[in-house]
Amino acid sequence: MSRWEQIKQDFPIFNSSKNSDLTYLDSAATSQKPKCVIDAVREFYENYNSNVHRGIYGISETATDMYEKSRENVSSFIGSSHANQLVFLRNTTEALNLLSYTMGRNLVSGDEILISIMEHHSNIVPWQFLEEKGIKVNYTDITADGKLDMEDFRRKLSPRTRIVSLTHVSNLLGTINPLVDIGRMVHDNDSIFIVDGAQSTPHMKVNVQDLDCDFFAFSGHKMLGPSGIGVLYGKEDMLESMHPFLGGGEMIRTVTTSGSTWNDVPLKFEAGTPNIEGAIGLSAAVDYLRGIGMENVRNHEKDLIEYTLKMEEEYAIPDMVSYGPKNTDIRGGVYSFNIGEIPPMDMDEKFRENGVMIGSSVHPHDISTSLDAGNVAVRSGHHCAMPLNHRLGVVATSRASYYVYNTREDIEKLFDQLEKIRKVYDLGR
Amino acid sequence: MILEDEERMEFIMDHYRHPHNFGTMENPTEEITEYNPVCGDAVKVSILIKDNMVQDIRFVGRGCSISQAAASILTDEVKGKSMEELRNMTEKEHLDRIGIRLGPSREKCAILSFNALRKMLDNYGGE
Repeated sequence: MSRWEQIKQDFPIFNSSKNSDLTYLDSAATSQKPKCVIDAVREFYENYNSNVHRGIYGISETATDMYEKSRENVSSFIGSSHANQLVFLRNTTEALNLLSYTMGRNLVSGDEILISIMEHHSNIVPWQFLEEKGIKVNYTDITADGKLDMEDFRRKLSPRTRIVSLTHVSNLLGTINPLVDIGRMVHDNDSIFIVDGAQSTPHMKVNVQDLDCDFFAFSGHKMLGPSGIGVLYGKEDMLESMHPFLGGGEMIRTVTTSGSTWNDVPLKFEAGTPNIEGAIGLSAAVDYLRGIGMENVRNHEKDLIEYTLKMEEEYAIPDMVSYGPKNTDIRGGVYSFNIGEIPPMDMDEKFRENGVMIGSSVHPHDISTSLDAGNVAVRSGHHCAMPLNHRLGVVATSRASYYVYNTREDIEKLFDQLEKIRKVYDLGR
Repeated sequence: MILEDEERMEFIMDHYRHPHNFGTMENPTEEITEYNPVCGDAVKVSILIKDNMVQDIRFVGRGCSISQAAASILTDEVKGKSMEELRNMTEKEHLDRIGIRLGPSREKCAILSFNALRKMLDNYGGE
C-alpha cells in the first residue's frame, strides 16, 4: 500500500457502508475528515464541554486552555508571529465580510478596491456592498493561460487604490498567484493587502510573514477540519486600529448605558460563544497535516494534476477542454473542464431556428449526475465564480479537485467514466 | 446520465436526442423564454390556442438532457388539451411523467418548461 493509500485509510468516510467505493473529487468545495479530527471534537464534547473565557471552574478553564492552544497551533501553522493576530470566525466568507465592513467605514467616495476576475464570490460581493458609498471595485483580468494579467494589474493599481484583495489559489483554474511580488507592489502603493487563502492553506506551506500580507483568511472545513470554523489573520496594529464587526458578549471590556469599550484583539472580533469544538478540531487537522508535511501534500497534488493533464492528452475525448495553467509549478490540484463549451446566454440572443444551441456539448450537470452514478463526486456549476465563468465564455464547468486521500487511480476512473459519458451524450450535431 | 433505471433513462435520452415539437411558429398566441442563469438552461415555448384548446405547441432550447427532454415530454402532453385541463396540471404530475429520481438540484432543470407554460397561461387573457 502506498503512503497515500494508507492516508486514505485515516478517513472513515471511505470505509463507510453507506457509500461504497466513493471517489471523492470535490475537496475544493469541502474536504473529508480524518478520524483524529472527529475524535478531537468528540473528546471535547465528552470530557470538557463548557463555555470559554467565562466559567470559574475546572472544565471551563480546561476548555479555554484547549481553545487558546488551538489558536496558537493554527497561528504557528501559517507562520504568524503571535497568536493574538488570529481571529476565529466561521469561514473565509465571514472573514472577508468582516474586512469589507470594518475597512469600508474608513473609505470615501472615489476610493478604489482592486480584486481580480478569478475571485470567489466571497471576495467580490462584500466589496460590491461598498459601491453604494461611491467606492469603485476594479477587476484584474487574466491571461489566456489562466494567470493574473500583471500588466493589467499594474495599470489598475492606482493612487486611489486603498485595498487590494486577491485569492492565493483560484478555486476554478487552480492558478497559484505570485503574491510575494504582488504584495511588494501593493505596499509600495500604500494599499492594504488582503489574501483569500481558502484554496492555498489546505494544500501548500503558507507563511503570512513571507507573503507580507496585512490580512489572510481561510476556512477549516477545506483543510480536514470541521465546518463552521475559519480564520482571519491580521497584523496586530491593523486589528488594533479597526472597528469591531459583530457586537455582543466576549468582544467588550465594559458596557454601560452611556457606551462600551472593546476587548483586546483578537477577542474584540469574537462576539458571542465561539465555535470551540471547531477550533479544537481545526487544531487537530493542522497537527495531522503537519504530520504528512505540507511540502509532501503540495508535491502529491502536483503529481495528481500532472497526471490529470497527461490523461487528458491520452484519452483525447472529443471536444474536451480544460482551464488553468498547464505549468504545474503554478497550478494547484484543481481541474475544471467541459466537454464542449456552453456559452452564457444573452437574453437578447435569438435561438437558432431548429437546433439545440449547445450542439455536441455535454452539459456540466449531465456530467456530474453521470459521474455520480459511478460513485465519482465532482462539482458542476459556476463554482461561486460567475464572473470568471463568463470571462472564460462558458456558463458552467465541471471540476475535479484533489487532496491527500486521492490517488492516480481516482483520475483513471474519472477519465474512464468521462469517455463513456461522451459517447452516451453524443448528439452527432 | 447513467442511472439505475436504464429503460427510463433511454426514454429521456431519446427525447433529448430527438426532441418532439421542436421548433418555432409563425403567429403564436403566447410565447415565452424561461432561463436559468445559474446553469444556462433555456427554453423558448410557443403556444397556439384556438377554441380554448392547445392547437399547437413548440419549443426550442438549450441545456442539459433533463431540461430539454422535459420540454419535449411536456409539449407532447399539452397538445390538444383544453385550457382548463392545462390549468389543473401540477408540477408533480409533470415530474412523474419524466419518471426518474431527480435530486433537488436537477428538479429545477425539469420544471423549467413547466414554469414557462404556467407563465404563458397567466399571460393568456382568453379569446
